[in-house]
Amino acid sequence: MMNEESVFFSRVLTELTLSFHIIYATIGVGVPLMIMIAQWVGIKKNDEHYILLARRWARGFVITVAVGVVTGTAIGMQLSLLWPNFMELAGNIIALPLFMETFAFFFEAIFLGIYLYTWDRFENQKKHLLLLIPVAVGASFSAVFITIVNAFMNAPQGFDVLNGELVNISPLLAMFNPAMPTKVAHVVVTAYMTSAFVLAAIAAFRLLKGSNHIYHKKALFLTMKVGLVFSIATAIIGDFSGKYLAEYQPEKLAAAEWHFETEESAPLILYGILDDGEVKYAIEIPFALSILAHFNPTAEVIGLDQFPTDETPPLYIHYLFDIMVTIGMSMVLLSGLYWLGTKLKWAFVNSKWYRWLIVLGGPASIIAIETGWWLAEVGRQPWILRGIMRVEDAATTSPHVDIMLILFAGLYLVLGIGSIVVLTRMFRKNPVEQEIEDRHIEKGGDIL
Amino acid sequence: MTLEIIGIFVLWTFLFGYLVVASIDFGAGFFNAYSLLTGKQRILTNIIQRYLSPVWEVTNVFLVFFFVGIIGFFPKTAFYYGTTLLVPASIALILLAIRGSYYAFETYGSRGHKGYSFMYGLAGLFIPAALSIVLTISEGGFVHMINESPTLDYEALFTSPLTWSIVVLSLSSVLYISSVFLTWYANKAGDLDATRLMRKYALIWALPTIITAGGIMVELRSHNREHYENMLDIWWAFALSLLLFIGTVWLLWSKRSYGLAFVLLGGQFLIAFFSYGFAHLPYLLYPHLTIYDSFTNEAMATALIVAFIAGLALLIPSLYLLLRLFLFNKDYVRGKKEDNHA
Repeated sequence: MMNEESVFFSRVLTELTLSFHIIYATIGVGVPLMIMIAQWVGIKKNDEHYILLARRWARGFVITVAVGVVTGTAIGMQLSLLWPNFMELAGNIIALPLFMETFAFFFEAIFLGIYLYTWDRFENQKKHLLLLIPVAVGASFSAVFITIVNAFMNAPQGFDVLNGELVNISPLLAMFNPAMPTKVAHVVVTAYMTSAFVLAAIAAFRLLKGSNHIYHKKALFLTMKVGLVFSIATAIIGDFSGKYLAEYQPEKLAAAEWHFETEESAPLILYGILDDGEVKYAIEIPFALSILAHFNPTAEVIGLDQFPTDETPPLYIHYLFDIMVTIGMSMVLLSGLYWLGTKLKWAFVNSKWYRWLIVLGGPASIIAIETGWWLAEVGRQPWILRGIMRVEDAATTSPHVDIMLILFAGLYLVLGIGSIVVLTRMFRKNPVEQEIEDRHIEKGGDIL
Repeated sequence: MTLEIIGIFVLWTFLFGYLVVASIDFGAGFFNAYSLLTGKQRILTNIIQRYLSPVWEVTNVFLVFFFVGIIGFFPKTAFYYGTTLLVPASIALILLAIRGSYYAFETYGSRGHKGYSFMYGLAGLFIPAALSIVLTISEGGFVHMINESPTLDYEALFTSPLTWSIVVLSLSSVLYISSVFLTWYANKAGDLDATRLMRKYALIWALPTIITAGGIMVELRSHNREHYENMLDIWWAFALSLLLFIGTVWLLWSKRSYGLAFVLLGGQFLIAFFSYGFAHLPYLLYPHLTIYDSFTNEAMATALIVAFIAGLALLIPSLYLLLRLFLFNKDYVRGKKEDNHA
């Protein structure tokens, strides 16, 4: 192929954009729900702290949304700019959810504008909370529709190819493809989970850095509790994802689990390294892969031997799988212990080292999201549309992709640094103690 | 009406929406930066911030809607435009990204950083320039098929007077649309100084707008005869647009009914934009691509139109709420209502 260079740089640019966007997108999907929960708890308990929590989260949220919006626009357009052949094909079959996503996002954007500018405008706090519902719904549905497109790339259906022509196209059948239920559920739930743990990390960090205010303790307990619920949900859905893969994309599962030979009663390989095609230092759990794949300890699991080598994904995705699962499981444990420990008044959950672990949980959850997406995308190689179109046939023929890569890398650097600087400055300038005091003076003034 | 026509009509309508909303936004950013430079900041910043803050995110969606929609209705455009537009569209994207996020950083993060305002103002002028290149390319003559893949001839593009006229038109109409709108908005807010200043800008930018628009017609005569003749066939529509333009300028000149002036301006651009687009049909890209040979299948088209109608049913009431709470809310516009920003 003459086009190798464009293909390579298109891949790198897409990976870069997605890896950067997904951080902000995940926060963008999850945080509105957290704000909603906090505000709702605040109204129900008539507790100013939770209301303030919602308000401060909302303030930070705008910054992340801004970056999410612009990088989302970038990836939306890059799909056509870098993968024109793929989009020409995909546009015929899977354009519907892409189109619907813009509506979901439009809906979210309008109500976010209203919500942000109507604090204290309503007598009844509940009315203000109502404005947040479309924001949270819009955000989650954006994720649902976009993930449907990704699911379609993994399990394309809803059309036939007859003499090189697309026929019998059914947009709904394409949307409700076999990959869709597990994929959508996994993406949405992990977004909630990650957002909860990121916010928990911030609260724990404040508690470690001197402020012993009850506000941070309430924030920490709330977010850890929510995080626990969603990390358990993530584990359950992850299990179903394994069963989906075994049925519809066995090569992806086999590559991720280093399952080379088709066999019954297959063991699960955890960790380890690959040395000259030989697995070393791994933990082997008997029957576990058969259970993960088919709910049955003796079931047969298809191995890589069933696929031609030019149709198997790179084997390094096993490491990505390990990182993702390890972090996910650790977060269940960490938040579970914290919840239990708080209920049973165990001292260690309030100790310094435990809080540092919670702080670590924030970035770790983001890493789990990143490795999860790399696993999903690299695990589909060499296909862009599984079984239909290869990545190298989809890319642009334009020779300028390398320069664009440099420009976009610079952009993401500027946006990344900018958003971190603005966020830290925003909260450092206005610490929560100060704001609580200010609000009391304001309220006091009203009474006088 | 065929499905193809419905599809392009819907998309063109959204592009028109983007043209108006984004022009106001880009122009406002520029005037804001310019007023900082000339020390007139006190007069303008308040009015501009008040309008922009709650709506900035909505602007972007119009554009996303257009380019996602065009892939949906006309998937072949991905192949032709996707391949050729890599550079101009990427540059526009980067500018849009910096502008959008730094607007949020400044407004919600740290108010009053001058560097942000200048970047923001300048980026707002480069974006329409970069995006308007698409219209130039669509006139044909700049894209050649080499090895079965469309390739953009940059030299021809950047040496063509048509390119530069369209760039100038995009800039002057951004400033013109924006200043007419802000004249009305400032007047509504009862801010006399700002009204006076914006009215002056509006009158200044009216002339270059109409001159370049006329000049482009002349250049098309030699560049794309077919399009030119199609436009001549509906000369009355362009004449009507011109009358509306004269109406706007007259109202501004005699300092009355700024609201009506903005409505007439909207009419002027609406008629001109749709007449231009209508005359362009059936071509999406002369001479390679028409709306008929690039159209999606019937099942997808129907699904998209159904989704579109359902989406509108959701969006129109929400947009109405947004406008009622902010744009048309007297207390908010006048700054009487407290800024209840989170």
